[in-house]
Amino acid sequence: MLTIQTTKSLHGAKGEMLLSVDLEITKGEFVAIAGESGSGKTTLLRILAGLEQASGRIVIDGAVWLDGAVSLPVQERRIGFVFQEYALFPNMSVEEHLLFVNPDRALAQHLLAITQLTSLASRRPAYLSGGQKQRVSLCRAMMNRPQLLLMDEPLSALDPTMRSRLQQEILTLHKEFGTTTLMVSHDPSEIYRLASRVVVLEQGGVVADGSPKEILLKTTGSQKFSFEGEVLEIEKVDVIFVAVVAIGQQLVEVVISPEEAKHLTIGERVEVGVKAFAPILLR
Amino acid sequence: MLEALGAVEFAPFWLSFKLAGLTTLILFFVSLPLAWYLATTRSRIKPVIEALTALPIVLPPSVLGFYLLISLSQSSPLGELLASWFDITLVFNFTGLVVASCFYSLPFMVQPLQGGFESLNPTMLEASYISGKSRMATLLRVALPNIKPALLTATIVTFAHTVGEFGVVLMVGGSIPDETKVASVAIYEMVEVMDYHSAHIYSGVMVVMSFLVLLSVYLFNRKQSHRFGL
Repeated sequence: MLTIQTTKSLHGAKGEMLLSVDLEITKGEFVAIAGESGSGKTTLLRILAGLEQASGRIVIDGAVWLDGAVSLPVQERRIGFVFQEYALFPNMSVEEHLLFVNPDRALAQHLLAITQLTSLASRRPAYLSGGQKQRVSLCRAMMNRPQLLLMDEPLSALDPTMRSRLQQEILTLHKEFGTTTLMVSHDPSEIYRLASRVVVLEQGGVVADGSPKEILLKTTGSQKFSFEGEVLEIEKVDVIFVAVVAIGQQLVEVVISPEEAKHLTIGERVEVGVKAFAPILLR
Repeated sequence: MLEALGAVEFAPFWLSFKLAGLTTLILFFVSLPLAWYLATTRSRIKPVIEALTALPIVLPPSVLGFYLLISLSQSSPLGELLASWFDITLVFNFTGLVVASCFYSLPFMVQPLQGGFESLNPTMLEASYISGKSRMATLLRVALPNIKPALLTATIVTFAHTVGEFGVVLMVGGSIPDETKVASVAIYEMVEVMDYHSAHIYSGVMVVMSFLVLLSVYLFNRKQSHRFGL
């Protein structure tokens, strides 16, 4: 069980902001932290790691990490931290990274095997791809068998294929080590796939907390499908208007009335929904 | 040419290098914690320490030499203390030169090291702390091995700068053969007595050696940055 009751005033881009978080997390849970940039997600992870001062109380499985202003040093908290930008040591080989944390060779071999890094064990970071680097970072984080695994947008710099492979490896390690895991992520599909719980931060406070299904499936009213998109072009075709809308990587054409066309501007964010009929799936 | 070199007394060069080598060695161990502290602290007194460290760069060597002479001489409280308790005198002898050189060359060791440490990715150091390593272990096993070019620059420039010092040496050490008469002082004296022939040879040796040393630093740094893929 992880209990977090912490406050810290931040000087963000939008001026003063109070980060105030009160959470209970079950042992072994996988929690995704979502929210806009500047909402305090990274700071929360850094407070948990002991890299940032804060007041409040953090207790994990009976061990007190923070109580008032008394804070356990970062070295004595059993955590793993995976940074977005890898933070590897240029002077060490892949294997040396792992043994640096803990001289347990068997564990290192095991982790390298799970993440398919065995053949790269003697390479230095300069000769690794982004995905390989993040795997090293992940293995390094697991080497001291962390009570708490913290990941700050670990996969956001990787391409989609690599991302999905690493998601699987993260899940495997999370389950095998029984670690309580907190991951900052912006990617709904990633959150849905990995997390059992989502906490949404806004302006330093928790605004939503629930299962990924509850939080992410946003279909309001009678709409069956609803996507957010951006209007790229409005074109007059005979008597009707056609709007080209970008939804993620996909462009779609939507027929709109002249009245609607008048009120839409290029670049505006809109919701594209289907209401009256049952959608069909095409493949 | 070789005959001319054979006739030259090389003791002042040897003394210069002995002085520079010792100074570099001492300064390395003094500056390492100081530079690490300056690079990682958020303390408000940091600018004060930085300014004090940089002082020998801007002060005329004669000013630094004058103060060192005054404070190390046996009539000063410090000099008196050293003389009566440890039987050490620090003016007009080699030991005094080493002490003076350490002050004089301090910024040339501290500043490249501090710059090297500051250029390191701070999250990399945090990753080491998270791995359970103390600040000392992080310094020795993560920070230091990743600033090799800065390390080399610091030691070589400190060495070269100490070989090249003149004003402070003259003030604190004078010109005692085999004790304080280093190469730069020797050249000054040769010019004073119009022995241009020896002065040419000494100066030429200094120019060539200094160039070779600096060239090897830059070549090494180029190779290093290729190796780390920077």
